[in-house]
Amino acid sequence: MNFDIWMRENPLTYVWLGSYAVALLIFVIEIAMVVHKRKITLQQVRLMQDAGEEE
Amino acid sequence: MAINWFKYSAPTTFYGLAGKMIPWFAIPAALLFALGLYIGFVVAPVDAQQGEFYRIIFIHVPASILSMFLYMIMAGYAALGLIFNTRLSSMMATAMAPTGALFAFISLWTGALWGKPMWGAWWVWDARLTSELILLFLYLGFIALHASIDDPRRADRAAALLAIVGSVNVPIIYFSVKWWNTLHQGSTIKFTGTSMHVAMQQAMFTMLAACWLYAIAITLTRVRSIILERERHTKWINELPEVKQ
Repeated sequence: MNFDIWMRENPLTYVWLGSYAVALLIFVIEIAMVVHKRKITLQQVRLMQDAGEEE
Repeated sequence: MAINWFKYSAPTTFYGLAGKMIPWFAIPAALLFALGLYIGFVVAPVDAQQGEFYRIIFIHVPASILSMFLYMIMAGYAALGLIFNTRLSSMMATAMAPTGALFAFISLWTGALWGKPMWGAWWVWDARLTSELILLFLYLGFIALHASIDDPRRADRAAALLAIVGSVNVPIIYFSVKWWNTLHQGSTIKFTGTSMHVAMQQAMFTMLAACWLYAIAITLTRVRSIILERERHTKWINELPEVKQ
């Protein structure tokens, strides 16, 4: 009940925090995960290459 | 001059091309997001019936459109990989799935946020909402099935079948508001025109373009990692400057 009142008194805050902030956070997390994945994959490939050269 | 359209269908050539294309999609995506938010929150007027709550549509509608389009493109790539055994097609399908799933989640989440003040409920078992939820499960199923099989080629084939069968859900989502008497409203923008204020249209289409560019940029970045991972035993990967560092 209190939430309903707050939501109607602060519609822009509700819209911003509830949808746009969440969506932007999801995008930021996805970007961070993709960048991290690339770093890890590059490291693995380099390690494999180093291991191959030592043999 | 004859153009060899198949040149970039090989991971070897596509890897470099994707790397060059990423900034051309990522930078405009960020600029269009900023512009779309500015128009949506500063320029667009308050809605007569819904008040400020209607502004959720500037992210809800693009996310919903992207979730459906990305699924169809993903299923198309998966089918190409299954039929013609093309490696890059399957890699593209795998790279698209997480972004599509996130857009489906954003669509459901923002829809719930809009539903609470407008309908008085976060969720109703409406045909449009339920079919969109099934789309999210199809994306998650595709990702889970692909991850559960060790051999990537077998994983591609199994996940492709799921993607192709699941594509029947996309027209159901789109036409659900016409076929059934749903609580969810029908399309506001049609080929015959729209009653939306011009600033509202501008905000929505700017955000839609931003979401498209973002989806392309993130898919290209992800597919480069997939190519690196799958082709790591090949000579050309070992000769890449970023690997030699």
